[in-house]
Amino acid sequence: MINFFEVNETNKMIEKENLDVRTITIGISLLDCICTDLETLRKNIYDKIERTARNLVATGEAIEKEFGIPIVNKRISVTPIALVGGAACKTSEDFAKIAETLDQVAKEVGVNFIGGYSALVSKGMTKADELLIRSIPLALSKTERVCSSVNLGSTRTGINMDAVKLMGEIVKETAEYTKEDDSLGCAKLVVFCNAPDDNPFMAGAFHGVTEADAVINVGVSGPGVVRTALEKVRGESFEVLCETIKKTAFKVTRVGQLVAKEASRLLQIPFGIVDLSLAPTPAIGDSVADILCEIGLEYAGAPGTTAALALLNDQVKKGGVMASSYVGGLSGAFIPVSEDQGMIDAVMAGALTLEKLEAMTCVCSVGLDMIAIPGDTKASTISGIIADEMAIGMVNQKTTAVRIIPVIGKGVGEKVEFGGLLGYAPIMPVNPFSCEDFINRGGRIPAPIHSFKN
Amino acid sequence: MKKTIITVVGKDTVGIIAKVCTYLAENEVNILDISQTIVQDYFNMMMLVDMNQAKKPFGDISDELAKVGEEIGVVIKCQREDIFDKMHRI
Repeated sequence: MINFFEVNETNKMIEKENLDVRTITIGISLLDCICTDLETLRKNIYDKIERTARNLVATGEAIEKEFGIPIVNKRISVTPIALVGGAACKTSEDFAKIAETLDQVAKEVGVNFIGGYSALVSKGMTKADELLIRSIPLALSKTERVCSSVNLGSTRTGINMDAVKLMGEIVKETAEYTKEDDSLGCAKLVVFCNAPDDNPFMAGAFHGVTEADAVINVGVSGPGVVRTALEKVRGESFEVLCETIKKTAFKVTRVGQLVAKEASRLLQIPFGIVDLSLAPTPAIGDSVADILCEIGLEYAGAPGTTAALALLNDQVKKGGVMASSYVGGLSGAFIPVSEDQGMIDAVMAGALTLEKLEAMTCVCSVGLDMIAIPGDTKASTISGIIADEMAIGMVNQKTTAVRIIPVIGKGVGEKVEFGGLLGYAPIMPVNPFSCEDFINRGGRIPAPIHSFKN
Repeated sequence: MKKTIITVVGKDTVGIIAKVCTYLAENEVNILDISQTIVQDYFNMMMLVDMNQAKKPFGDISDELAKVGEEIGVVIKCQREDIFDKMHRI
């Protein structure tokens, strides 16, 4: 039987170390909503999401109560809207109307974010893809809960540099459209290379076309739990360090698996995957940067950071895969700046720069995340940053992403407050030299040689 | 069978077990096992119970037990056994 010690350990993780299930996300296919009439399409979308997800929040709350573990977010991801809206939308404004429908239904069922205002353009853009991308600034400024993502490249297809160029402009335009709110729109917009179809985390969640009609994906978290476990092995060898991370990741993931199975049973929607990510929040102690410090760095960003993050990411995966039958999504350590107090401290101390963050994305699970930059950064420079990140993903056969916020009207040294889980961020300097001629070339970067595996 | 773990933690006082057990009996919750200890004047109790015949839904019992706890100055938590089982047993 379970003993005192084990019960206390679990409850201490929940009460003191911020162990939680970060999100239960229902993926919903909207392919059967497609219609050439925009108003009918909007009604179909609203009805299907409402029908499928109406019990999500109540079910999540019931599970929280039964197991005594917080489930922080209940969310929805849908089929990329560029595919769903292509037949009905003739203009960008038409697409933005679908975003409004998504926002309405998200409010109706009580989820805090709905992802999938997306286009997958890793090789080329259809007319609909382009219209959707051009509608992003308007859509994100008119809605509260809609999240948008665009896949710009993959190891198999290379990088769509036309789309990279366009997205630099769109990020900038989104910042302008939402400048009254410190360019908050950009916090809900992410670009990917090798985007996964089953990611439950925002802003990048969408329900891929290879998925079933509806599916439950769960994202676990627990940076605080890992850090506390590591406090007990200070000064020990890497073997002990790695073993400790692995064991902790196992325990955290088992909880995620349990919650996912229970949610799937109660909602009668098949279980998809558990995403075993270390996702920080601005809460004190809930920080990936603090884990890096516990491993032995003065600040995240100090020499050794990339190695420490590489081992952390790997051990989280090794512990996690044993704990769940199906692991997917992004699965690894997230390194957002604004959502992690330790990262913010590192930037303020001058230990962490954009370039070091880029190096860290080679070994972490995602990419440049929630980074505030000066509002006068040129669109081509943003495209350059995106292209670099896409290249890292393409060559290393991993997911990479960019969620960067040019804060209109603010410069280096100032701070920007996004609120809630999105936190606050100091504005970081960007390399001032131009990449305009590179970005203006147009076309595609071919897939790397090691992608030809057939 | 849905097994549940009830934990009671707080400053030791007369009648903690009596109060909790009375509530459980009134609501048809069957106690399968109890272990209890006192560490530095702090009362620690863990109960394994079966709620299959319980009169009320899990959420209500959990809330009401928490209230019973407040009245006697202890923290009472009620959680399905699965969360501990999954985390600590392969």
